[in-house]
Amino acid sequence: MVTGNDGDDAPDSHAELPTDPDAVAVLGRPLHLQPSALLWVFCGGVLGTSLRYAVEGLLPHDGSAWPWGTFTVNLVGAVVLGSLLEGLARSGHDTGWRQRARLFAGTGFCGAFTTYSTLALEISLLGKGSHFGMAVGYGLASVIGGTIAAWLGIVLAADIHRRRVLS
Amino acid sequence: MITVLTLAAGAAGAVARFLVDAEVKRRWSTLFPWATFGINVTGSLLLGVLAGVVLFHDQPSAWQTVLGTGFCGGYTTFSTASFETVRLIQQKAHGRALLNALGSLVASVAACACGLALVWTL
Repeated sequence: MVTGNDGDDAPDSHAELPTDPDAVAVLGRPLHLQPSALLWVFCGGVLGTSLRYAVEGLLPHDGSAWPWGTFTVNLVGAVVLGSLLEGLARSGHDTGWRQRARLFAGTGFCGAFTTYSTLALEISLLGKGSHFGMAVGYGLASVIGGTIAAWLGIVLAADIHRRRVLS
Repeated sequence: MITVLTLAAGAAGAVARFLVDAEVKRRWSTLFPWATFGINVTGSLLLGVLAGVVLFHDQPSAWQTVLGTGFCGGYTTFSTASFETVRLIQQKAHGRALLNALGSLVASVAACACGLALVWTL
C-alpha cells in the first residue's frame, strides 16, 4: 500500500494541482502518528462496527447453524474494500481526500465491518458442538468466497475506471 | 449503554489495528502480509479467551459484546486479509497467497480454540 510522502515530490512537479493542506502541515510525520488520520479511522470504525452489530443482531449465530450474519458481512466488506482500494489507486496518489477516504472507508469502515475473530470463534463453536463438516465448510467458503469477493471488487472498479477514461 | 460502549470499542480496535499494522510494516518490510496475519491471530486468541470466560465461568455476556464483538471485531479484519490474498495472486506469489488464505484461517481458529480451552481448564 502506498503511504503519503509528499516530501519527495519536487515543488513544481504537479503545479496544476492544488496543494494539499494536510501534506504541508504534517510533513515528515508518519501517517499513523497524525491525530487526524487516527480520527478518520476511528469514525469509520464506529460506522463499520455499528453496521456489523446490527447485522449480527438480525442474524445471530446459535452455535449449530450456518453463521449467515458474519458470512454476509465478511463477503460484502471484501467486495467493498476491493473496489474502494482499486478505485482510489487508479484515480491518483494516496494523498489528500483519497488518503482520508482510504482511512475512513477502508481501514476504518471495511476493517471494522468485517471480522476474523468472530469467524474463528464461530468455527470453534461449531467444532465444539461436533458440527465438524459445517465448521470446515464455513471456514473454506469464507476464505474462498472472500478472495473471489475482493477480486470482484477490484475488477469492477478497474472496469468502471476504464470506461471513464475512454468516454 | 452497551451499544455505545461496543461501538467505541470497535472503533478503538480499528485504530489499534491501524497502529499495529503501520508499526509492523515499518519494522519488517515483507511481501507476505504478516501484520494482518498477526492481528487476526492475536484478536482471535483474545476473543476465544473472552468467550470462554462468558461460557465457562458465567460472567455477564456484556463483556463478550463490548470487548469481543466491539474491540476484537474492529481489531481483526477479514476484508483486508482477502484483499491481500488477491494482491499476492496478482503478484504471482501463489504459494504465499494460499499460505495467507489458509494459514490465517487455520492459525486464527487454532488461536481462538486455544483461548477457549485455556479458560476452560482454569
